[in-house]
Amino acid sequence: MSISKKQYSKMAEKASPPSPKLKNSLKAFLIGGLICCIGQGLFEVYSIYFSLSEDNAKICVSITLIVLTAVLTGIGVFDKIAKHAGAGTIVPITGFANAVVSPAMEFTAEGHILGTAANIFKMAGPVIVYGTAAAFVYGLIVYIFKLY
Amino acid sequence: MIFLKAFLIGGLICVIGQILIDTTKLTPARILVLFVVLGVVLGGVGLYEPLSKWAGAGANVPLTGFGNVLAQGTKKAIGEDGWIGIITGPLSSGAAGITAALLSGLAVSFVAKPKEK
Repeated sequence: MSISKKQYSKMAEKASPPSPKLKNSLKAFLIGGLICCIGQGLFEVYSIYFSLSEDNAKICVSITLIVLTAVLTGIGVFDKIAKHAGAGTIVPITGFANAVVSPAMEFTAEGHILGTAANIFKMAGPVIVYGTAAAFVYGLIVYIFKLY
Repeated sequence: MIFLKAFLIGGLICVIGQILIDTTKLTPARILVLFVVLGVVLGGVGLYEPLSKWAGAGANVPLTGFGNVLAQGTKKAIGEDGWIGIITGPLSSGAAGITAALLSGLAVSFVAKPKEK
């Protein structure tokens, strides 16, 4: 029996497991969504039980998620979740926190000043640099065109 | 209902990041930079605040939300202090997140044992 290339690729597609890309995206969706739900839960707690203003409650949500990530990174649990979650843990603020805590831990071997402190923003530094630069440019536009 | 919206929007923003990781050669560090800058731009043109109102933490927790905070904070600082706000606004508005990450990273580095290389 002879089969054309087209038929063969169709058969191969059927036989191969679902593409890892789809699976990765699904996992990122579920875990990323879950992290945001935890954030929303914290927001409700802070604004209802601690009667914080909306802005302050948002700030406290970020701080809580960052500290939680730091603890989970410290005990080695975060990396295990991140392996499955992909962008699901990278894109939320947890990714930023992990990017600070990981090098801080890793470079302790080189000392607390020239190791940890010098490398703490090794991965997260670009985020701060370009975030600040973008906000500065936006600030210029706002000021020049009197949008404030 | 707000939880469902937070889940959907937060999840979708992460999926965009995952697709970028899987289909382009962008490393996670570049994705983070891209998302923060995107957040500043979307926040700047006024598209992110409505999303943040609608989806709550779903829009605020992803790094695009951090970018939006930088943009809104800079605008507010300029409104209060004039041109000096262009300089003080960006980092001041990101101070909470940066300081929390810095201090908890420092604390963990004193407690946790470094991984064997």
